[in-house]
Amino acid sequence: MKMPSPPKFLRPSPPRPGRGTGGRNGGNGAVTAEPTVKERAEEATASTVGWLDERSGLSPFLRGFLYRKVPKGTNWYYTLGSATMFAFLSQAVTGVFLAMYYEPDATRAYESASHITNDVFLGEFVRGMHKWGSSVMIILIFLHMGRTFIFGAYKYPRELNWIIGVILVVLTLVMGLTGYLLPFDQRSFWATVVAVNINASGPIVGPFLADFLRAGAEFGTTTIARFYAIHMLLVPVLIAALIGAHLYLVAKLGTTAPPWLKAEKKDLAKEEI
Amino acid sequence: MEGTALAVGGIATAAFGLPALGFALGPIFEDSSPTTWQPVGPEDDFVDNDYVPRVINVAANIGDAGKTTIYVRRFNKKSDKVIKGEKPQPYVAISTRCAHLGCPVGYKQAAQKFICPCHGGIYGFQGEVLGGPPVRPLDRFYTRVTNGQVEIGDRFSVNSELRRFAPRDPSNHLDGLWQYLYPSRPTT
Repeated sequence: MKMPSPPKFLRPSPPRPGRGTGGRNGGNGAVTAEPTVKERAEEATASTVGWLDERSGLSPFLRGFLYRKVPKGTNWYYTLGSATMFAFLSQAVTGVFLAMYYEPDATRAYESASHITNDVFLGEFVRGMHKWGSSVMIILIFLHMGRTFIFGAYKYPRELNWIIGVILVVLTLVMGLTGYLLPFDQRSFWATVVAVNINASGPIVGPFLADFLRAGAEFGTTTIARFYAIHMLLVPVLIAALIGAHLYLVAKLGTTAPPWLKAEKKDLAKEEI
Repeated sequence: MEGTALAVGGIATAAFGLPALGFALGPIFEDSSPTTWQPVGPEDDFVDNDYVPRVINVAANIGDAGKTTIYVRRFNKKSDKVIKGEKPQPYVAISTRCAHLGCPVGYKQAAQKFICPCHGGIYGFQGEVLGGPPVRPLDRFYTRVTNGQVEIGDRFSVNSELRRFAPRDPSNHLDGLWQYLYPSRPTT
């Protein structure tokens, strides 16, 4: 009479491929040790990465991006762009958390900003990061622009990347302008009044542009909400997308050697980092 | 198939894109501040040779940010000239919004001048430009008297001859050829 087989969890599992026969059917008697925790972790990581890579084909792209050849003479000035991007990431992260406490309402904005500074745990620190970080980002982006200009890195075939970079500079300045209103104290209110009226001074379109920014003829209820939406939704998304395009072109075209390397040596001046 | 798919995609994009655009640009085309008449005190409060400060609301629901100071005096039959074809206002109500970039000007009684703290604009007793960067005199408000109360109405702008124009933003010229570069808008 055939006995019913034991339930599945009681049956010994078959050996894993490539790990010998284990102790299951004797074999030559060599007992393979159980994999250690470290081995298990490594295998889990490798299999996860392999799973992703098999389905996305990302590894050639990442290898090309992270291990690309750079010209001889590459120095710390070449990191200003990355530094600007990290300043942007810092602004994005601190901004998201400030948005959890900030209220973009003309009667509540100042109180909620004071509340962040005075009452919220680490609020003064995060708000300070965002405030001073904005200046850091502006300084870094102009240093990066100056490096590109002085090294002649805007020349063929990198003109498109220069254009994208200029748009990023303008968008960063728009972030500075729209963010300046949000604390809604006397300084930010009057600075924004003046900034909007500078827009109004443009011929023909100026008055309409000012109306668009103010959402009407007078600085009113919707002005601050409008600036807030531009500051935290519209422009950050544009900046993030354009940074992606900027980086893609950097990876695709490569970087330039510093101008003090002799032209005839440039072809030989490649080294792998 | 391809053409239909493109057309459907275009219609779908327009279906959310155009309303969103209209939503953002709408305030350019609508008059957001309806006419209100705000009382600022009995007629006896005002004289015709000096200004009295008053606070009025120019934007609703935003607390102190929607308030502005104006300077009010009675129309002076001797010194105030009457513009041909215009009915003079019974009271002169001067806006403190500088015609340069919109900073708040202050009236200095001893000098009988309006001074702007931001960029040094100086205006005379009529609000006319005496110096600095402003491009036109200070704006004014319509005034009327109801039951002995002086009431303040809509804003209007004036050119260098104090002729009345639809309100313009600060920095917008109203004289010479310049005035044609700064059209009045539907919002005002």
